[in-house]
Amino acid sequence: MVTTLLGAVAVPELELVQLLRPDGTRVPDDRYPVSLGSDELVALYDAMVVTRALDQELINLQRQGQLALYASCRGQEAASVGMAAALDDRDWVFPQYREMGAWVWRGVDPGGLAVMWRGAWLSASGLTEHRSAPITISIGTHTLHAVGYAMGAALDGDPIAVVACIGDGATSEGDVHEALNFAAVYSAPCVFLVQNNQYAISVPVHEQTRSASIAHKAVAYGMPGVRCDGNDVLATYAVVKEAAERARRGGGPTLVEAVTYRMEAHTTSDDPTRYRNAEELEQWARLDPIARYRLLLEHDGLLDEAVQRKTQARAEASTRRLREAVVDARDPDPEELFAHVFAEPTPALLAQREVLRAEVE
Amino acid sequence: MPEVTMVQALNTAVRDAMTDDDRVLVFGEDVGTLGGVFRVTDGIAEQFGKHRCFDTPLAESGIVGISVGLALRGYRPVPEIQFDGFMYPALDQLLSHVAKYRNRTRGELSVPITVRVPSFGGIGSPEHHSESPETYLVHTAGLKVVVPSTPADAYSLLRESIASDDPVMFLEPKRRYWSRQDVDLPVTTEPIGQAVVRRAGTDVTVLAYGPMVAIALEAADAALAEMGYSLEVVDLRSLVPLDCDTIVSSVERTGHCIVIHEGPRTLGMGAELAALVQEHAFYSLEAPILRASGFDTPYPPARLEDVWLPGVDRLLDCVERSLAYA
Repeated sequence: MVTTLLGAVAVPELELVQLLRPDGTRVPDDRYPVSLGSDELVALYDAMVVTRALDQELINLQRQGQLALYASCRGQEAASVGMAAALDDRDWVFPQYREMGAWVWRGVDPGGLAVMWRGAWLSASGLTEHRSAPITISIGTHTLHAVGYAMGAALDGDPIAVVACIGDGATSEGDVHEALNFAAVYSAPCVFLVQNNQYAISVPVHEQTRSASIAHKAVAYGMPGVRCDGNDVLATYAVVKEAAERARRGGGPTLVEAVTYRMEAHTTSDDPTRYRNAEELEQWARLDPIARYRLLLEHDGLLDEAVQRKTQARAEASTRRLREAVVDARDPDPEELFAHVFAEPTPALLAQREVLRAEVE
Repeated sequence: MPEVTMVQALNTAVRDAMTDDDRVLVFGEDVGTLGGVFRVTDGIAEQFGKHRCFDTPLAESGIVGISVGLALRGYRPVPEIQFDGFMYPALDQLLSHVAKYRNRTRGELSVPITVRVPSFGGIGSPEHHSESPETYLVHTAGLKVVVPSTPADAYSLLRESIASDDPVMFLEPKRRYWSRQDVDLPVTTEPIGQAVVRRAGTDVTVLAYGPMVAIALEAADAALAEMGYSLEVVDLRSLVPLDCDTIVSSVERTGHCIVIHEGPRTLGMGAELAALVQEHAFYSLEAPILRASGFDTPYPPARLEDVWLPGVDRLLDCVERSLAYA
């Protein structure tokens, strides 16, 4: 068995599951059969292209002063779309904040997503109806919510899977440790999808952990750990699909590490030139998830002009919808600040609402 | 009427809530097989099964964090944090999520969790077992904070908390766990948000909650017997929401106000209550509002607990100082 020497500790190496090489050719792998029809294969492409278009438009809107901030998912489209495509409609997703791919796959209104980035409210709207928990900004804390939700579904005898989405940085958080442990102890139908995009803002993953890989951590919790190429939509799809099916069958949780790269800054407020160089960026650009997948579809004859036109039209419609919802949108009524603190405002809140009302008038 | 302890009242409240609503779940460290270190959940796993009352790994943030997920799924979690001082690892979940979920989602999603926390001091425990965490919670918008002082209130307020659509921090005064009261259960007392005048009086208003209510009543007996002063004791019962009307109307009658609480003085509940009372009853006040509280030190070792905690003497000293202004 191949081993990695880690200080004095020898651990077996975890291979990277890859079904699509960067040159667009398939890697045969009996363990991960991909039985997607041509429409489904095209749908993956479509979702990734729309995701990238929306992502770029959100960056533009931030530059134009329409959004307070935005955290790009450029480069991570395959990991997010692949995960969402692997799920059933009834499965739940507990996102961090870079899951645009999953939201596009599920048909979330892009205008609702921008509510949070504009600073019009604290979370995006329109996620619950698509079985996504709210965007979570505090890192990794929502993994426990995913586990609790999964425990509840199991108690109900409802065979669904729940995906907790985090990044490499989150794996250092105590709550993520507790979530992995609880999930394993209760055999919760949960999939932890770690998009290892190499950086937690500026800190590279090798300074985040001394584990041989993030997926290796699964061993200690008593659950399977799988590494896949996160820039390979088919690999992410197949690996998450297998994990979700195991979860639904009562086989317990899985930790999936999707190895990818954040091509943009952490957020629009970040300056990545302070911590990474152009050479590195160039290297990952050659592994781009959409370019690679396009080569496959072209080779398979699935990307004719009609398909490309349709995808382009959908991307344009989505970005138009986004702009219409965002540009010069009205701010919420200040009195709404008091509306959702409790089911009914307390006497103290009602008195404070009067103070604000008098100030605003 | 049967005599019940606060522990029995709480245990009955949990059982009755679980009987009435099969979405109520109870979990925490040692709450299942053992029945909780204070036996509040004694026998509940046997009665309702280990799927509804279960032991968790030793991780307080995890306990509160899975409560959020279970609540989103439609359950009504009633987790126990074993001791006040062990709540701090869960503060991030409480402050960042439990308190904010409804607001973050504009009322779309709520997390009706009742976190039971054996709280406050007075039982000779080691460090981290006697904290007064209420002000951290009261200061956090979105949490209700309920503190019973009697077995009847323990039953009724816990039932109401579990039925509430808002998250509730339910702080149980552990030194009153074995106090007894003649009461038929189930019992319904005044609702959350309503303070109760436990003893009517004319000279000084004493604002108390949880373990300090019994101290205030004892002080009222002593004040009358030894000094001829009549104290009015107001049991706040819930700190959020706070019953400002009952507090203010009492102070308007007496003109004197003292707050008693166990926790350290600086920015304790006494600070907020004093501010509120002077805002609303300034012209009724005949003396400064005084505070009988713990000191601004970490909670003391068990052998110094009695001198550290506010008791009858510290409260009566405040009474004398207040009345000296008249």
